Amino acid sequence: MNRRKAIQVTGLLLGGAFVSTGLLLQGCGNEDSQPFNKADIALLDEIGDTIIPSTADSPGAKAAQIGAFMKTIVTDCYTRQQQENFLGGLKKFRDKVKQETQRDFIQLSKAEREKFLSALDLEAVAFDKQKKTEEPVHYYSMIKSLTVWGYFTSEPGATKALHYVMIPGRYDGDIPYRTGDKAYAL
Amino acid sequence: MPGDTLQINTGKKTADTHHFDAIVIGSGISGGWAAKELCDRGLKTLVLERGRDVKHGKDYPTATMNSWEFPHRGRLPLKVTEENPVLSRCYAFGEATEHFFLKEKEQPYIQEKPFDWIRPNQVGGKSLLWARQTQRWSRFDFEGPARDGFAVDWPIRYEDIAPWYSHVELFAGISGNRDGLETLPDGEFLPPWTMNKGERAIQQKIMSHFNDRNVIIGRCAHLTKPQAHHLHQGRSQCQARSLCERGCPFGAYFSSNSVTLPWAARTGNLTLRPHSVVHSIIYDEKQQKATGVRVIDAVTKETMEFFAKIIFVNGSTLNSNLILLNSTSNRFPNGLGNDSGLLGKYIAFQNYRGTVTATMEGMTDSYYYGRRPTAVMMPNFRNVRKQDKDFLRGYMTFYVASREGWGHAVEGPQLGADFKNAISEPGQWKVFMMMQGETIPKEINHVRLSPDKRDPYGIPQLITSVDYDDNDEKILKDFHEQAQEMLSVAGCKNIAIHDSRQAPGLDIHEVGGVRMGHDPKTSLLNKWNQLHACENVFVTDGACMTSTGTQNPSITFMALTARAANHAVDELQKGNLK
Repeated sequence: MNRRKAIQVTGLLLGGAFVSTGLLLQGCGNEDSQPFNKADIALLDEIGDTIIPSTADSPGAKAAQIGAFMKTIVTDCYTRQQQENFLGGLKKFRDKVKQETQRDFIQLSKAEREKFLSALDLEAVAFDKQKKTEEPVHYYSMIKSLTVWGYFTSEPGATKALHYVMIPGRYDGDIPYRTGDKAYAL
Repeated sequence: MPGDTLQINTGKKTADTHHFDAIVIGSGISGGWAAKELCDRGLKTLVLERGRDVKHGKDYPTATMNSWEFPHRGRLPLKVTEENPVLSRCYAFGEATEHFFLKEKEQPYIQEKPFDWIRPNQVGGKSLLWARQTQRWSRFDFEGPARDGFAVDWPIRYEDIAPWYSHVELFAGISGNRDGLETLPDGEFLPPWTMNKGERAIQQKIMSHFNDRNVIIGRCAHLTKPQAHHLHQGRSQCQARSLCERGCPFGAYFSSNSVTLPWAARTGNLTLRPHSVVHSIIYDEKQQKATGVRVIDAVTKETMEFFAKIIFVNGSTLNSNLILLNSTSNRFPNGLGNDSGLLGKYIAFQNYRGTVTATMEGMTDSYYYGRRPTAVMMPNFRNVRKQDKDFLRGYMTFYVASREGWGHAVEGPQLGADFKNAISEPGQWKVFMMMQGETIPKEINHVRLSPDKRDPYGIPQLITSVDYDDNDEKILKDFHEQAQEMLSVAGCKNIAIHDSRQAPGLDIHEVGGVRMGHDPKTSLLNKWNQLHACENVFVTDGACMTSTGTQNPSITFMALTARAANHAVDELQKGNLK
């Protein structure tokens, strides 16, 4: 997404109804200009999968369709200000990757992705500490918390990465815990 | 003008479908009990419910859904929260339960002072959504107003209600430990839930350090071990899912939908009419009694009347006030039974503003299994035997200890396999402590009808004018101080106090406005919950309460209702209710 397109998206967000920005744009025939187009979702999947990768016992955030989940929540549940922050953040993210690596995030190796996101995480933490209460959190804080929430409430996350017990049947207030035992999904 | 508030369109219906022995307004926790008792005693009973029907089991669409089956994983879309700012502050309002709440635009009200009025909109009312914690009042609670000189004297004492507590506890199924406490009398208990290791550690420290305090496991309306009569009701054991607000497919917690209404239906005496918005109670000047109820059908908007010998008002605290205020006649120009002018006044609630959080060290070898539907409770320990603080009454304290769940903050890398594994494991122990404070009923805390604004049914909108006072601030301060001291004694770290500053009403424990008392000049209801001035009308929901106590109120509403309903039938049989 280039700068002109990002401005177009922001303009639509400012002018249009907040819930239906995706719908408003659907008829325009230029899929790349839509917020949360295929490339955005693919990028969010890759970011999510770097934060929560596939491991021996469970798949990663990409397998939990984390990009599509973020699209749903940001579109339906975020305020317009939060949406702008998120989508504007995606643009900043792409520019920053390009500037620092001369490549796209998707072209980076695993180690390069981790290095880039770890630095961005520190930047986000520092930003959130000093921001005004009414300001939205850093866009990467949004991506990270959506990744964690979306992953652990997804079917693979809840049932493979956590201990999922839909119907416990009883309560026991003291059972042995061994390091490595998973937390409950609920 | 009295009597002109509505164009009545009646007279075209046959008498059979509009005449009953008893009418119950409302199908929530107290209305369900009125229906059950009246039907059991052989009265043909009509239950009027403003909302839609919700059948036990069949109409709990989210009860067995997994987290990933909710499009927003439990969170509500912005459109819903923006349209329902009051409801959105309620802990129980979410994607899994949204369908059980009355949306704000459907029934507007006027907040002269902020009051978060949380309303359901279906058969069963808030009995589907309640927090299910059930503690008996003690003698200190009934004696309080007279002893400490506030509100008016309760016209009943603990001994009057104790057998009715037993009656409703046995039928509903209440879990609890027999703790032998004068401040929180034991009931007819099913086996208790247990504390986890963190909670026991705190309990032991508090009990050994403070000789005026008791720490017990909560008592709640869950079938920990169903008895034969519970199985006969079609219910089964609590599965410790703790997804209760969605409706329980096991019928394991008490609700009107799963317990009292199906029971009443089985007698053959029940007629349940959903979509029936009650406009007012009809008072007959010649017979000097109430003869029926005016209803607006929520679907057809048609107005109709139903008639009965006795009427139970169980519309929920504020709605019952609204109905009585709107029931005007030449005899009662200011609302049914309102000779004292006090109808709608002395509204009270419970003070939930204070919470305290802390962390606990160690015990990382212990975890728990299942989701327990209750908390640890500490009965009120302030001003119990005499007034000795600079505030009136006191508060109940609740706490829960648990280990941090998935996604908790971790040190080290903030991405990758190690991060994923670290946030997939339980973290340290944390404690959450909260208060449930008594508030003092005062004349200025009131509800009244809007002189000009109407709801979509043409009924005057309710104005709420209820606020905290200096006593509430003092109780909050005392709770914060005591909670910090107790958690400190228990060895907790990072103790932090919080004041939610939430508006009254969000406690969902509003009571009063039609209070019980000895004297018709200072109260609306007698000791049997009959309007002093119109004895065939009984008000047995939260509206009848003279004071608030520190306990969760529902079990007391149930016991008062069962007591009043049986008295009503006795009086009918003796010919004392014309």
